[in-house]
Amino acid sequence: MSGILVATQLFNGLSLASIYLLAALGLALSFGLMRVINMAHGELLMLGGYFAWGTLGLVPGPLGILVALPVAFLGSAAVGAVIETTLIRRLSARPLDTLLGTWGVSLILQQAARDLFGAIGVEVRAPDWLSGAWTLGGVTLPSARLFIMLVALAVLGALALLLRRSRLGLLVRAVNQDRMMASACGIDAGRVDLAVFCLGSGIAGMAGVMLALLGPVTPNVGQGYIVPAFLVVVMGGLGSILGTTVAALILGLFLALSQIFVDVSIAQMLMLVFVIVFIQFRPQGVAPARTRALDA
Amino acid sequence: MSTPLLEITGLGAGYGQSRVLWDIDLALAPGEVLALIGRNGVGKTTLLSAIAGSRPLSAGTLRLGGEDITTLSPHRRARAGIGLVPQGRHVFPQLSVMENLQAGLSALGPRARQAKVPQHIFDLFPKLWDIRDRAAGFLSGGEQQQLAIGRALAGEPRLLLLDEPTEGIQPNVVQQIEQALTHVRRELGMTILVVEQYLDFVWRFATRYAAMQNGRIVRTGSIAGESAADVAHLVHI
Repeated sequence: MSGILVATQLFNGLSLASIYLLAALGLALSFGLMRVINMAHGELLMLGGYFAWGTLGLVPGPLGILVALPVAFLGSAAVGAVIETTLIRRLSARPLDTLLGTWGVSLILQQAARDLFGAIGVEVRAPDWLSGAWTLGGVTLPSARLFIMLVALAVLGALALLLRRSRLGLLVRAVNQDRMMASACGIDAGRVDLAVFCLGSGIAGMAGVMLALLGPVTPNVGQGYIVPAFLVVVMGGLGSILGTTVAALILGLFLALSQIFVDVSIAQMLMLVFVIVFIQFRPQGVAPARTRALDA
Repeated sequence: MSTPLLEITGLGAGYGQSRVLWDIDLALAPGEVLALIGRNGVGKTTLLSAIAGSRPLSAGTLRLGGEDITTLSPHRRARAGIGLVPQGRHVFPQLSVMENLQAGLSALGPRARQAKVPQHIFDLFPKLWDIRDRAAGFLSGGEQQQLAIGRALAGEPRLLLLDEPTEGIQPNVVQQIEQALTHVRRELGMTILVVEQYLDFVWRFATRYAAMQNGRIVRTGSIAGESAADVAHLVHI
């Protein structure tokens, strides 16, 4: 077992972790605050991929991808707003209904993408500055993957800042900790729910842009990430941003490092076993109890 | 008589099929401090919840300053001027003291975004300024009670609802809370509805009392005219 192989897999693990994190943050937000299990979250990732494709069609050139990020954020957030106001809000009294309802939305969005853009999917060509790779001590570091890590860090930092320092963040934390009391203080919990769901959807859209850098955007591209994203949220301790981050790191590194010894499908199976065993011993997830709320 | 600040007519409320409150009629004049008394389980807390909006009414109407608020959601009632200090205090445990007070500003509505926590809250409870950066979940019961009152006052309510403000609190803090409430009544002219089992405490600053039994108001009277001991005997507290 060579040092270069281990270093390469460490890098791949961190890269995978940053994708898992981007895919899971939105889920963690909506679950943490509203106890909504959003089965359409994968399709919000998929939409982000198509937003990236559309934006790069309109804005070619090296910086198109940087335009695509805010476009995908706003586009997916807008779709999230429609889902929240037309469906989730009306079903929120019964969590299982939202699970089924959002699953329906997931199917509708997948079929809509198939009808609009075709079943084969579309290709987003990464700009030249993201196509190369760096080499560090014999380890190849693809620029696109470094870029994804940077975006994940930036999103995480911005989200933590928003929750910790802004007025909206204060309201989100108050509603999360005591919804009844927050309402009695004059906080419109319904609007806070909407804002959080839009924020989570928007982050999913940006995650979709990142996926578009790694492979073709297909109508069911989100399905490949929704299970790991759920695993991350469950392991992270339902709704904690800190826990979600740690869980994404653990799972990304676990998957990549186990591939030193076994092939990828065995590695994925081992990851599932690992999460199941982990939850047996620590049902509350990785987050310590005190910071379980939507805290940075 | 001028328009009552709070007017409750024929109010009924309950939990699912079981009715807890029956035909409650009650009016509070502006500036009045009404002590709502009675034994455990007679419906005092349910009545406060029904006024604040966290418990739906099954009958009756509520008016605040002449306006019908019966169908308003809890956050709209808070913005209409109802401040709640609930039983168990319900501070936001992982928010700092300052953040709890800032959350209380939300009752100001659109003004909340620019508003700052008013200085008079820290004049009233100097301790809160000293511990402003501590997480509220780690505070003592007395500190949490002061914070819960301060948080309600930050929203500049017209009507303050207090549920057992002395429950589980050391005597020296009780005295401080009494002074603060007396100040709020005298200086801010605030109308207060206070649920309390500790009659000697409310008798020192309330103006009127209403006694409840089995979900109904069975007796009302003026604090000045009757002694706490006599009333306690009459309503079996």
